[in-house]
Amino acid sequence: MSPARAIVIGLRRRDSATSPGDLVLHGVCLVASILAVLAMALIAYEVIEGARPAISRFGLGFIVHTTWKPNFFVFGAGSFLFGTAVTSGLALLVATPIGIAIGLYLSLLAPKAVRGVISPLVEMIAAIPTVILGFWGILVLGPFLSRHVEPWIHAHFGFLPLFGPGQTTGSGVFNATIILTIMIIPIVASLSRDLFLTVPAELRDGAAALGATRWETIRGIVLPSTASGVTAAAFLGLGRALGEAIAVTQVIGGGNALHASLFQTGDTLASRIALQFTGAENALQTASLFYLALMLLVIGVLTNLLAQLISGRFGQQATFAR
Amino acid sequence: MTNGPDHARPLTPSGNLRRRLLLNRIAEMTATAAAVLAVAVLGIVVYSVLQRGGGALSWDFLTQAAPLFGGSSGGIGPAIAGTGLIVLVATLIAAPVGILVALHTTEFAGPRARTIIGVALDLLNGLPSIVIGIFVFGLLVSGHHQSGFAASLALAIIMLPLIAGSTQEVLALVPRSLRDAADALGVTRWRTVRGVLLPNVVGGILTATMLAVARAAGETAPLILLCSIFGQSAGVNFFSTALPNIPVTIFNLSEEADPAGFARAWGAALVLLVFILLTGLAGRILLGRSRAKISG
Amino acid sequence: MTASDQQAASESTHVVRPRVQLGQAPPPVRPASALDGRAAARNPEGADAVFDIRDLAVSYAGKAALAGVSLEIDRNLVTAVIGPSGCGKTTFLRSLNRMNDSVPGLQIGGQILYHGHDLHGPGVDRVEVRRRIGMVFQKPNPFAKSIYGNIAWAPRNLGMKAGLDDRVETALRSAALWDEVKDRLRDSALGLSGGQQQRLCIARALAIEPDVLLLDEPASALDPIATASIERLIGDLKHTYTIVIVTHNMQQAARVADRTAFFSLGLHAGVQTGTLVEYAPTTTIFTRPSDQRTNDYVTGRFG
Repeated sequence: MSPARAIVIGLRRRDSATSPGDLVLHGVCLVASILAVLAMALIAYEVIEGARPAISRFGLGFIVHTTWKPNFFVFGAGSFLFGTAVTSGLALLVATPIGIAIGLYLSLLAPKAVRGVISPLVEMIAAIPTVILGFWGILVLGPFLSRHVEPWIHAHFGFLPLFGPGQTTGSGVFNATIILTIMIIPIVASLSRDLFLTVPAELRDGAAALGATRWETIRGIVLPSTASGVTAAAFLGLGRALGEAIAVTQVIGGGNALHASLFQTGDTLASRIALQFTGAENALQTASLFYLALMLLVIGVLTNLLAQLISGRFGQQATFAR
Repeated sequence: MTNGPDHARPLTPSGNLRRRLLLNRIAEMTATAAAVLAVAVLGIVVYSVLQRGGGALSWDFLTQAAPLFGGSSGGIGPAIAGTGLIVLVATLIAAPVGILVALHTTEFAGPRARTIIGVALDLLNGLPSIVIGIFVFGLLVSGHHQSGFAASLALAIIMLPLIAGSTQEVLALVPRSLRDAADALGVTRWRTVRGVLLPNVVGGILTATMLAVARAAGETAPLILLCSIFGQSAGVNFFSTALPNIPVTIFNLSEEADPAGFARAWGAALVLLVFILLTGLAGRILLGRSRAKISG
Repeated sequence: MTASDQQAASESTHVVRPRVQLGQAPPPVRPASALDGRAAARNPEGADAVFDIRDLAVSYAGKAALAGVSLEIDRNLVTAVIGPSGCGKTTFLRSLNRMNDSVPGLQIGGQILYHGHDLHGPGVDRVEVRRRIGMVFQKPNPFAKSIYGNIAWAPRNLGMKAGLDDRVETALRSAALWDEVKDRLRDSALGLSGGQQQRLCIARALAIEPDVLLLDEPASALDPIATASIERLIGDLKHTYTIVIVTHNMQQAARVADRTAFFSLGLHAGVQTGTLVEYAPTTTIFTRPSDQRTNDYVTGRFG
């Protein structure tokens, strides 16, 4: 303890009255913090309130029923839950290994100068506004998929119901999945890069001195010791994908039904809200959209809490807010 | 146990080393390929926007209003102004609150409060922006009108965790000795904050705000719900009418099947992308510099 | 060999090749194991140079760390490297198994011959080098695995999958750690004490049956009791392996080493850099050193 610190502690004990300036500052800070915590609670309350008419009308069955017909006052989230699961799940499956590979490259393989250039470039992908990504998905990726990629896949793997005939526009679940993959990769890549850099050099030295190749060191030492952090990063990426409304709604085609084929249209929870909210025909539809938002809220909070738990927040100061 | 090598042999690869070296090579090449893929995707997207949007750019495009009945003339002038105003107000709301929250957690709060606030901020940060949009809709728009202010409020909620988190970071970097010195001189808490802490971290806060602005300027989902129905009428009230703005303009134009509209959308996308990438890049560079300055 | 001895002795004062005869291998002082047979087979009459270092010079990004180092390190001996800090002892040690390779801007002059083969020759793979020349570091660095996992990891990489249990046991016995951990092999290695962790690191290095063991101040982070056990271990291990140990503790060198090399900062070709001052049997270094600088160091005039 520094001598200054000792003096300070002594002074504070003697001088219990704090100046009015201190009280004001403390008070104002407290109000701000309460606002921040309250915001989260308020959001949950509002969404539940807005969904109430739909909850009382449809109950929990809403979650699995797949009919969505505003004209007939029949609503069900089933196909959108399915769409969310498929797009986000597939995107996570593809993006996580790629993100980890990039993280390994940036932390352990690339020379420092290269790392200094490529790291910001990878982070820049995350900075692209999703509306621009979605727009690019409609006009550039879509035609490319429908003209070249989907027919080829369908020709070679069409025996799987997963790869049925494609749409002419290139819109569909496949397009949306690719866009989501592009969104998740930089998140997993930057976070894993930071994680891999925390593995102490002495452990890597020890492995090298035992005659291990770089890959063996990565496989046996680096990856196992960062496994929980990388999982948390994947969950954060998943959270991002689950909540993405705009880019998905632009390219997924807004379909109502469940399809097995990736090349068909579909919809997710978030994108359906974006699609129909401003044009809702009746109050029940609005309430049902609120219900979708509630489901999204619950899923989002759960994924986020899981990520925080895995990364050990309850004990550390670490925060991913960036 | 008797497979120890004769150590006087040359030091060329022996045993299974050739296979292990091959595996290593494959792993390294895969990782490099992944990085190349990522940069390539970035390049393709940016190139598309540059190529297709560049043609639409002109002084008229940047200053004039959108054409009333479609067509290829006109521009995104009002939309630029609208986004500017909305983001400005959002920053004016989010920055003070974010700084105060950060101050609270580093200077005043106990460990339990710190955890609660931290969890709340992380949850806010991870919330889908469309849910935030729905929240503000229920708060301000339902039963009333869309407004630029509603959009600002939603963006402020999105920016808050970013500003608070980064400010916490730079505050934590201020050396203990500075605070101790002020305390030892009998300076009150708030004077210490004002005179010792804040000047040191002003640079960090500024760049944190820049990064938050870069994030918020591109947010479209809340704006679709809160600030998307705008006409060309002269009467524009920030608190009771929707303002034209760039993200919604791009979105609307992308959903219509009008090629002239597409051209305008690419132009708007280029403007938005350049602004965000430049702000983000500048913010990151400055953040690195101010971190080094404080802890160095 | 005698002629070259005389020639070397007369040429320069900083390389002294003693005329020590290494005769029969002394009897092993611990239970016999398969390793003993190999030791006897590999140690015929006569000294045998494991390392022949010729005019070694090492610099990082233009800054010279080591220069003009020439000596021979013989098999089944403990060779200590002593000297004040910053004189290139660790750089020298790490050159012997090419651990310096990962440092940017590295430049190497001169030659290191290992059993007659150039360590930096064409076709030489540094992974193979480290297979034969193991290293234990100053601060124990066990992996976040079980005790068994730590020892078994490198052999598994090398494809030594058969008889892994025996291999682990032998390594732990050789490191005098078996009795203490034999009932908790699956426990985390991080739960061991400092001295045990360091012996674990030694066992880990022994498990892949190296030829040479390089020790970089292995006991400097340990308490006196653990240090003593490490020193005892070194005395046992030299019968099977060739050991080079860097130490800043002169008394330790006097206790464990057969030969000692004294490094110090000096002028070499006009540049201040680490260099080998004197190399002789340990007793000579400490009682009748030839160089004044050696004498000053071992008598504590500078450190």
